[in-house]
Amino acid sequence: MRNLIAFPVIVLAVILQSAVVSRLTLLSGFGDLPMVMLAAWALQDNVDSAWHWAVATGILVGFVSGIPWAVYALGYVLVVAMAKVLRMRVWQAPLLAMFSVTFLGTVLVSVLSLAVLRVFGVAIPLQDAFGLLILPGVLLNLLLAIPVYAVMRDLAHWAYPSLEVE
Amino acid sequence: MRNQLSRTIQTTIIFLVVGGVMALALGGYFSSASNLFTDSLVNLQFWFSSRFVALQDFFTAPRDITSLRQQNAELQAEVAELQAQVIQLQQQVGETQILAALVDFSRARPENTYKAAAVIGRDPSPFLHYIIINRGSNDGILRGMPVVTNQGLVGRVDAVIADAARVQLITDPASMVNVRLQNAEEEGALVGSVTGDVVLQMIPQDATIEIGDLVLTSGLGGGYPPDLIVGQVVNVRTRDFDLFQQATVQPVVDFNRLQIVLVIVNFKPVDISPLIP
Repeated sequence: MRNLIAFPVIVLAVILQSAVVSRLTLLSGFGDLPMVMLAAWALQDNVDSAWHWAVATGILVGFVSGIPWAVYALGYVLVVAMAKVLRMRVWQAPLLAMFSVTFLGTVLVSVLSLAVLRVFGVAIPLQDAFGLLILPGVLLNLLLAIPVYAVMRDLAHWAYPSLEVE
Repeated sequence: MRNQLSRTIQTTIIFLVVGGVMALALGGYFSSASNLFTDSLVNLQFWFSSRFVALQDFFTAPRDITSLRQQNAELQAEVAELQAQVIQLQQQVGETQILAALVDFSRARPENTYKAAAVIGRDPSPFLHYIIINRGSNDGILRGMPVVTNQGLVGRVDAVIADAARVQLITDPASMVNVRLQNAEEEGALVGSVTGDVVLQMIPQDATIEIGDLVLTSGLGGGYPPDLIVGQVVNVRTRDFDLFQQATVQPVVDFNRLQIVLVIVNFKPVDISPLIP
């Protein structure tokens, strides 16, 4: 039953992204709340459903966005993969891992979107894309990372209570 | 190991079943049963959007500092409920003003039939310029219908579900609108960009373009009705070695403050893609 918590959380994240976060622009870029949420969720101990969350979030964001859903699904799965790898490498500093995944994940999802749009014939100058969209987006996502990590950590403790006796 | 596998399969099945039900509901297949669900989702998004816009207006709209301070001092005595009421009333006044302007606009163009819709969101990707509106196929909205405000052209409907639709703005990098210059009687193509600037392209070198010229839709290609106001020329670039001139256009619509739009529901766009070799 704890898996069912995914749907309200994902739907809420996508609604907040579309209604609020995408209106808070820096230059022309804005944050990616669902991606930051996924990164934070995948970095939590005991969480074993992050892959499912990634696919479900990717499909839902793709449903709202004009970019094909497969781009988001693939991008978010890769973000979860990065988070899993980094969790094993830098397990003693979760916030450092969170910042790293947020930074790399933002660049990855943005580059994937940019590449697919170019394939579909949408000419976006690379200089504008990096200077006005991707870098401001990275900064805003890093600002989102700390509060989102705290919320997702509490959610993970509630949904996956630790079996260890302290 | 077996437990882990069965748990993964169980999780996958749960996600597939719930995801499938949500997709069918959003597509309008469970029309009566899903109305409650989709309505509540759209209403939830509308609630977030309207509260955010109200707060944004409250903090960013230009005001008289002195009266604001005075009002602020008075409001300190008020309870939180009253403050919420003030914000709500301000939003209602703004909406009424917008609706009055839209009614005037629709009266001035009786040949078109309009359906008003509230903007409830934007595209999650910064690379695209789309908005989400709270009217869908249940309200007669179809793909390709033009979207306007009382100021001018906004874009056209790109995708529709039962209770919402996605609108591609004219500032989108993939958007192209056939337009004409009112004074020069020259035609061109208006193209968007990631920065939100719109550029007029394909204007013949011998055409005379003046700064301030009004740009209107030409109706060519059947994608938009003719004579909708798009913007004004603010800058012209003419180079001898180019085949065409370029001009930067200032759209008449403020796309950052879109709250209510009108969909022209009696316009049937022409799909000319089969004719393109």
